Amino acid sequence: MDGIGAFLAMGGYAGFVWPAYGLALVVLAGLAAHSSWRYRQSSETLERLQQARGSRR
Amino acid sequence: MINWLANPARFMRLSAWALRWCAWAAVVVLVVGLYLALAAAPPDYQQGESVRIMFIHVPAAWMALSVYLFIAVASAVALVWRHPLAEIAARAAAPIGAAFTFVCLGTGSLWGRPMWGAWWVWDARLTSVLILFFLYLGYIALVNAFDDPARGGRAGSVLALVGVVNLPIIKFSVDWWNTLHQPASVMRVGGPRIDISMLVPLLVMAAGFSLLFLTLLMLRMRTILNERKAMALRLNAGTAPAARSVRERAAPVHPAVP
Repeated sequence: MDGIGAFLAMGGYAGFVWPAYGLALVVLAGLAAHSSWRYRQSSETLERLQQARGSRR
Repeated sequence: MINWLANPARFMRLSAWALRWCAWAAVVVLVVGLYLALAAAPPDYQQGESVRIMFIHVPAAWMALSVYLFIAVASAVALVWRHPLAEIAARAAAPIGAAFTFVCLGTGSLWGRPMWGAWWVWDARLTSVLILFFLYLGYIALVNAFDDPARGGRAGSVLALVGVVNLPIIKFSVDWWNTLHQPASVMRVGGPRIDISMLVPLLVMAAGFSLLFLTLLMLRMRTILNERKAMALRLNAGTAPAARSVRERAAPVHPAVP
């Protein structure tokens, strides 16, 4: 327990180390989530358009 | 090799496979890197545990610079050889580079506060990196400001190439000017001046960030290719809002258009 407490305290720099890692996580994971959401959207749109085109012929 | 890859259809086939591989590699390497950075690496003899911010800050700074260089090279290829994928690669990379630059600035600020006693100082290194961040934002705004992606791409490529001047300024700012920021301790003539116990986590994190960049780059390039294909289909079918407005605008001149 003490080990975890000491780890989280980061030698008194917890208020700087954890926000730094948190910032990186939020920014990079956010970008990854947004990128994959946009990819899925674009794939679905393209598929719909291709199907609509195929059915008209 | 580059020529062979510069075919969008081939890129789509190859990247579908490479994307999955890269994404998993990025996750594994980043998890190992975080363990090394947060637990295995020793605290610094002067800076204590605050030095752990370095394992995010420095790789993010390397990415900020190398992604910009990537955009500049891709822009040059797009302008000179008109490779269809080069402009798309530059466009796809810009938000990733901006994100890494933002992380670099934010973590630097969080490291500067306990070590320098200031969140921000207007010194050469910090200011030139802030300019890099604005260059990224300017590039993104510019390429999206045109209805015609080809024109936006060309304008963006020119901006990206002009902005390259900033890269050596950032790199050598710590040598040219008297700054608060420390000079290079890894990428310097005469080899790294950092202990191996900190160098290894640093390089692992840098490898993880690079894999993450490749993953997101391919994902975003595939998205743009999908969107362009969809746009072409819509234009052919005449259902795109843009196509319709063009026809409406043209209607008085060509009333015969049904």
